[in-house]
Amino acid sequence: MIRSPLLKRSISYRTISEISGPILIVKNIFDAAYGEIVEIETGFGEKRTGTVLETGEGYAIIQVFEGTRGLDIKTSSVRFLGETVKIPISNDVLGRIFDGKGKLIDGGPPIIADEYLDIHGSPINPSARAYPREFIETGISAIDGMNTLSRGQKLPLFTGSGLPHNLLAAQIVRQAKVLGKEESFAVVFAAIGVTTEEAMFFMSDFKEHGALERTTAFINLANAPAIERLLTPKLALTVAEYLAFRQDMHVLVIISDMLNYGEALREISAARNEVPGRRGYPGYLYTDLATNYERAGRIINRKGSITLMPIVTMPGDDITHPVIDLTGYITEGQIILSRALHRKGIYPPIDVLPSLSRLMKEAIGRGRTREDHRYVSDQAYYAYAEGIDNRGLAAVIGEEALSERDKLYLKFADRFEREFVNQGLYEDRSIEKTLDLLWNLISDLPESELKRIDPEIMRKYHPKYMLK
Amino acid sequence: MANIIKIAGPVVTANGMFGCQMYEVVKVGEERLIGEIIRLQGDKAIIQVYEETSGLRPGEPVEPTGSLLSVELGPGLIGQIYDGIQRPLPEIRSKIGDFIKRGVSTYSLPRNINWYFIPKIKKNEKIEAGDIIATVKETELLEHYILVPPNINGKLVYIAPEGEYKVDTTIAIIEVNGKKVELQLFHRWPVRVPRPFKSKLPPTVPLLTGQRIIDTLFPIAKGGTAAIPGGFGTGKTVMQHQLAKWTDANIIVYVGCGERGNEMTEVLESFPELKDPRTGRPLMERTVLIANTSNMPVAAREASIYTGITIAEYYRDMGYDIALMADSTSRWAEALREISGRLEEMPGEEGFPPYLGARLAEFYERAGRVVTLGREYRTGSVSIIGAVSPPGGDFSEPVVQSTLRVVKVFWALDTALAYRRHFPAINWLLSYSLYNEILDPWFKSNIAEEWPKLRAEAMSLLQKEDELKEIVRLVGPDALPESDKLVLEISRMIREDYLMQHAYHPVDSFCSLQKMYWMIRVILLFYKYANDAVTKGISTSRIISLPLRDDIARLKIVPSEKIPTICREIEDKIKNDFIQLYKEVES
Repeated sequence: MIRSPLLKRSISYRTISEISGPILIVKNIFDAAYGEIVEIETGFGEKRTGTVLETGEGYAIIQVFEGTRGLDIKTSSVRFLGETVKIPISNDVLGRIFDGKGKLIDGGPPIIADEYLDIHGSPINPSARAYPREFIETGISAIDGMNTLSRGQKLPLFTGSGLPHNLLAAQIVRQAKVLGKEESFAVVFAAIGVTTEEAMFFMSDFKEHGALERTTAFINLANAPAIERLLTPKLALTVAEYLAFRQDMHVLVIISDMLNYGEALREISAARNEVPGRRGYPGYLYTDLATNYERAGRIINRKGSITLMPIVTMPGDDITHPVIDLTGYITEGQIILSRALHRKGIYPPIDVLPSLSRLMKEAIGRGRTREDHRYVSDQAYYAYAEGIDNRGLAAVIGEEALSERDKLYLKFADRFEREFVNQGLYEDRSIEKTLDLLWNLISDLPESELKRIDPEIMRKYHPKYMLK
Repeated sequence: MANIIKIAGPVVTANGMFGCQMYEVVKVGEERLIGEIIRLQGDKAIIQVYEETSGLRPGEPVEPTGSLLSVELGPGLIGQIYDGIQRPLPEIRSKIGDFIKRGVSTYSLPRNINWYFIPKIKKNEKIEAGDIIATVKETELLEHYILVPPNINGKLVYIAPEGEYKVDTTIAIIEVNGKKVELQLFHRWPVRVPRPFKSKLPPTVPLLTGQRIIDTLFPIAKGGTAAIPGGFGTGKTVMQHQLAKWTDANIIVYVGCGERGNEMTEVLESFPELKDPRTGRPLMERTVLIANTSNMPVAAREASIYTGITIAEYYRDMGYDIALMADSTSRWAEALREISGRLEEMPGEEGFPPYLGARLAEFYERAGRVVTLGREYRTGSVSIIGAVSPPGGDFSEPVVQSTLRVVKVFWALDTALAYRRHFPAINWLLSYSLYNEILDPWFKSNIAEEWPKLRAEAMSLLQKEDELKEIVRLVGPDALPESDKLVLEISRMIREDYLMQHAYHPVDSFCSLQKMYWMIRVILLFYKYANDAVTKGISTSRIISLPLRDDIARLKIVPSEKIPTICREIEDKIKNDFIQLYKEVES
């Protein structure tokens, strides 16, 4: 075995035996470590990087991040670098732009590293986690009122092509704040397989609103090699971990679009002839996604936090697609955008019923938002669900045939969408305003229908009693 | 000398392993990572490694240990939080920090705690496996019995006097066929081997959960098995947490298997503060947590449910009732699938290995109410409640289907109910319990003779509602006769005022059986009077506008001890109000 990394690096193998898709098999080698980083040189001296996916006696299977185009068996060579993939990191990463595999692309000076961190990170010890319960006010009623976000939460945005998810994500970045606190925050933005246009939209929005110098961006464009996408979220989360847990910052990580990541994973899996799980995705998709998403959170006795908002496109608006479905199982809720609401001209077109924030119950209430929050949002949920049911019923038997009670709920659903969910692109609603709006809407219903509201809360907040 | 020859993810192949046994624990590589042999081929062994394998390289040594994957069983388990192979997470944290690195070795049971030991038998007594030789007070709630481990029978030649001892002190010596066997306060047991017992008993006692829909409509028995399948967001985990909080088991083993880290944190933070409604002590004093979150090594996830069930069986052998929650068995099955894929086994359905069903059945079969080993007659039980996370909420997938073949209770979580925030989102038409008949005698003698009748009546109303809703969808509600309109209204009361239960409301979170009985009785009494009134020509809308309906709706949040008085008042009110109504109509 070769112990010295220096010696090891100096050995270059010209024993590639097979190239297939993004994968390379090298024979007659000494001792490649599992997960080790590899440098590949083409016959023309162009350098590429890869990692070891499998290693055995005298062979290694390598995935090449930049793709295998132009590689050959005769002249290309391989060097094992004796370490796993690491990223140089310091506070200087803020305000900088990298490509999808961690190379600076903003033309600025190189990062002077404080540390080199393994991009795979390590799992947070479950007993070291602190439960996220600090309310983040996004200024968006459908989120704050009905699906409250908290610091350290992972809340994805499930969307479809053609929906305004980017506008919404940018609005959240602009408006997100913790009430009554001025603390250092940062944004880590990872673009995975997006178009130049989309990447530009985010960058210019950050710039316009002064968030750019607090932002680190990793941009893997649609025309960049697909395999590189496997690195991008890991790089972004490594930077986020550094900023949150070493530099005490509150980091909001936005990743767009994880579907492309899933597809890259599928490509590698197919190239390795692995047994596929659902729809051709590998059986370990869940574990792989989880090792990324679970890096978000808070840790006891550390000030910083990582809040994660991945954007995932639902192909054909299909919520059962494996990447969407498994994301939903890992994250703490989901915000779902609806094409029907979008067509009605409602922005943000958040479909409130299937959306969910699992951490909401801890983030709301007295001392966090307001004591009536839980009750009034529960009631509004119920009423909206009734209203939607009745809308379906009305479509069949006609509105006239509905009972008086049903009509009230139908009207509630309409008002809820037009007045509560709907808001301006630059409208920043405070939580008080959001909750008052909810009371205003549910007070259209008779008091005997408001079963989910505690009588005491009712007397305190119901507009009917407020007037007296 | 054994060496690594191949590494692919969590699966490592080593040669020079001739003489090793299946499922033997081995130490892999220079960092001595923990692994377990899962296949033998000639002198080659295929090993699943319980820790992250990156950086391992061929040629590194592998060291067999000669023992099967085992857990330590003894005082100190309660209140702990372990990873999938029983390493204590707080201990790991204090050793290496907030992030889990590999190659850490710690004892599973703390070696520095002194336990107050009270011997229960005398020297020279003949003893059998399962006999209680001493007691140790493990927590305020729990008397921990030190048992003769299975497979040991003989004469007691030494027993330590009353006093304080650490877990690894020899506290007894038993002569077995002329050989002396030393016993400590703890012993080891291989996780994949079910602990022996004398015989199984029929499950005739309910495991009460304090959840109305479960205890009333779909009860589970002590020693029974249940599955909770549901798509994401339907409340599987909240349900599991509720059961862990309120079931009337002596001990809860909660296995967080491939799920979210924050969910374990929630348990860790809330359980020490929540009080057991029966004993008034913090819930943590009866809980053991196994946390192998989704980002922790996948092979340890596979082991975690066995670690959990072995601990549960150990306490069962002392004569306790244990409830084991596994959240989620789908993640366990996926771990199985991942390992199987790396072994290049021929896949069955959806890539799962063909032995998925057999493994699940084996696991659930470890539940049961048993007569334990030992000369003294004791019974104990392990109940298993497994969450299942079917992809896309599709119940026809292999894990749900294999699970349903073995479990007796099915609590189907429904996305549509969850969307309208009807929690617990258990669909009353799809769910079932095969224990209803066998438990009826218990309910009759412990709650009320009419209990099975009340349940059947409530269930048939819900059934009827479903049929009527079909009609309403076609012709609208006005076309229904008054009596059917009333059925719709009463079913709504059952759904909203009875089945719905708020997990985070201080009073509503737990409902005693007594309270359930009164609530359902009042609702059905109301129906009886209302139905009479409808036949006498009073309209449904007039009936449901009676203010006493609000009193019924608010019963949920009335504390248990006030329920009988308040319910009697309501029953009187029902009678009076309807007499009033008749008078109104007559005049």
